Amino acid sequence: MFILTAVVSLTTLGLILGLMLGIAAKYLKVESNPIVDELEALMPGSQCGQCGYPGCRPAAEALAAGEASPTLCPPGGSSLAEQLAKLLGVEIDLSDVKDPELLVARVSEDTCTGCTRCFKVCPTDAIVGAPKQIHAVVADACIGCKKCVAVCPTECLQMHPVEVTLRNWRWPKPSVSEEVATC
Amino acid sequence: MLKLFKKRRIRGGVHAEEHKASTSGQPIAVDFPLPKKLYIPLQQHVGKAAEPVVRVGDRVLKGQLLAHSQGMISAPVHASSSGMIVDINDYPAPHPSALPIRTVVLETDGEDKWLEQPLAGDPFQLDPEEISLLVGAAGIVGLGGAAFPSAVKLNLGRKNKIHTLLINGGECEPYLTCDDRLMQERAVEIIDGIRLMLHGMETGQAIVGIEDNKPAAYQAMQDASLPYPFIKVEQVPTRYPMGWDRQLIRYLTGNEVPAGGRSADVGVIMHNVGTAYSVHKAIRLNQPLINRVVTVAGGAVALPMNIEVPIGTLISELFAFCGVDQDATQRIVMGGPMMGDALPHSNLPIVKASSGILALTRKEIRSTAQQPCIRCAQCVSACPAGLLPLDMANRIRNNQLDAAVDIGLKDCISCGSCSYVCPSNIPLVHYFKYATGELVARQQAQHKSEQTKRLIDDRNARIARIKKQQEEEEEARLAAKAERERLKNEQGTLA
Repeated sequence: MFILTAVVSLTTLGLILGLMLGIAAKYLKVESNPIVDELEALMPGSQCGQCGYPGCRPAAEALAAGEASPTLCPPGGSSLAEQLAKLLGVEIDLSDVKDPELLVARVSEDTCTGCTRCFKVCPTDAIVGAPKQIHAVVADACIGCKKCVAVCPTECLQMHPVEVTLRNWRWPKPSVSEEVATC
Repeated sequence: MLKLFKKRRIRGGVHAEEHKASTSGQPIAVDFPLPKKLYIPLQQHVGKAAEPVVRVGDRVLKGQLLAHSQGMISAPVHASSSGMIVDINDYPAPHPSALPIRTVVLETDGEDKWLEQPLAGDPFQLDPEEISLLVGAAGIVGLGGAAFPSAVKLNLGRKNKIHTLLINGGECEPYLTCDDRLMQERAVEIIDGIRLMLHGMETGQAIVGIEDNKPAAYQAMQDASLPYPFIKVEQVPTRYPMGWDRQLIRYLTGNEVPAGGRSADVGVIMHNVGTAYSVHKAIRLNQPLINRVVTVAGGAVALPMNIEVPIGTLISELFAFCGVDQDATQRIVMGGPMMGDALPHSNLPIVKASSGILALTRKEIRSTAQQPCIRCAQCVSACPAGLLPLDMANRIRNNQLDAAVDIGLKDCISCGSCSYVCPSNIPLVHYFKYATGELVARQQAQHKSEQTKRLIDDRNARIARIKKQQEEEEEARLAAKAERERLKNEQGTLA
């Protein structure tokens, strides 16, 4: 009898408290700053930490609070800086922003031992291979994060600049220094 | 009256020195000696590169298919002469970067023997769709310089309500006279090509626009079009860039193509006179596009002329024939001086889009000494698209590309009028070309980052799935083990 009373009372208590918690979660929800979400969505999302913040979310929070400049993200380059500035409604000087040089990993077939370590760490599955078979990098999927370079035991993975072809060749920017020098 | 006033309006433009006199009076030379080797790139058009159907060592006849087109927007490539395929590999492209492009190298046998093909009967009895198929199979692309596959445009004509076919005989670029000579000498063939195109597009009328600095060409075309009242030949004022499709459309039809739209939006499609001539040759004579008339001119050329050469001829051989002084040549330009591309050297082939090859001397090219902008706004009045070149260039200089797009960067056609009139020698059009390329690169980067996010999500999902599976297997294994233990114990107790 005592057991039954205990079970019933505790179950009732649990149900009531659970209901209250559920209602509180719905009506007293702490809303995150929507601008932070938007800023974070623009960022690369690789959590590289090159900006000095522990990840893209903290960087977005700092941006929204006005503690960081829109030019903080090196992998994003000037394109991202311009988008961030537009979202925040601030004017920025982009003339000093250097766009990062694009790199892709390449496997040297002479030294690859087929150890499979590299394709296990690749975040985008850009490395294909099988144990004791030479691995290869799918250049279109490689994001140049260099994680594979760090784990390769034979240093056969190296970063190379993206090859310039007729498809990705672009006109260079006219040099401004030339203009200043002659005036 | 108002309509008349509106129709005759031209916006912007410049009147550049013509430099056409040295070549416009001479007939097209057809005696170019057949080169020993022809370098035929597999991509000479807008769209996808053609895929080779021949192999190294194959013997081919003149006009034989070398590579067939790929996908919706592409064009096939044919052998410009008879001979043997000696290589299919990467060779420098006729492009400012001279980066490698896949090229078929044809060693000619000197016989120049045509591939025998049966002629289709009366083309006007054919289905209009058949005409665009034939034009596509002949590898015809826009010969004015854009190299857009012509068959695609003909199809567009049938799908949209096109009331007028415009034929561009403007040839507004200085130096170039290849279209001028073609109209003077082969007007009957061009008119025939126009009639075939009209049939292929199911369009009723055509207007040929010719700049008024080509009276002989106008007269010849006028005479040739007399039997056909639905083909009108009209003179247009000489003012660069008159050959820009929107400028010519505005002048001849009074309609303005909306920004971001196409000429088909106002019921007009434009083709070049050279394209019309190629259509005539493809359908009446069964000859694919394997040669073209090229203007060779410029201060360093001893014998400037218009010359018909096979596609794939090296520019250096053309220069040798026309007596180009290599030392005096300061810049080699493919196309016209306003919109053409400066080439780094002359060991590059003539392609379908090469309307002219210029060897310019130091005197003819402008010194590059730039000075600060004085805000004289000459570029604003010269811009045929009604843009503000100085403001766009300023924004691009500060890397504010989106801001430049906001004031119309995408409507810039890189005609070079602004750079031409700029008293401070600011390379305005260079800024716009840089910005346009950069925007494409950014778009690709954006696309890649989306792809990357998808790849990362896929990978995370897969890892989670594998982990879950392993856990389940582990659980099942443990459960099986516990079951075995229990059975064993039971048996033990039973025993």
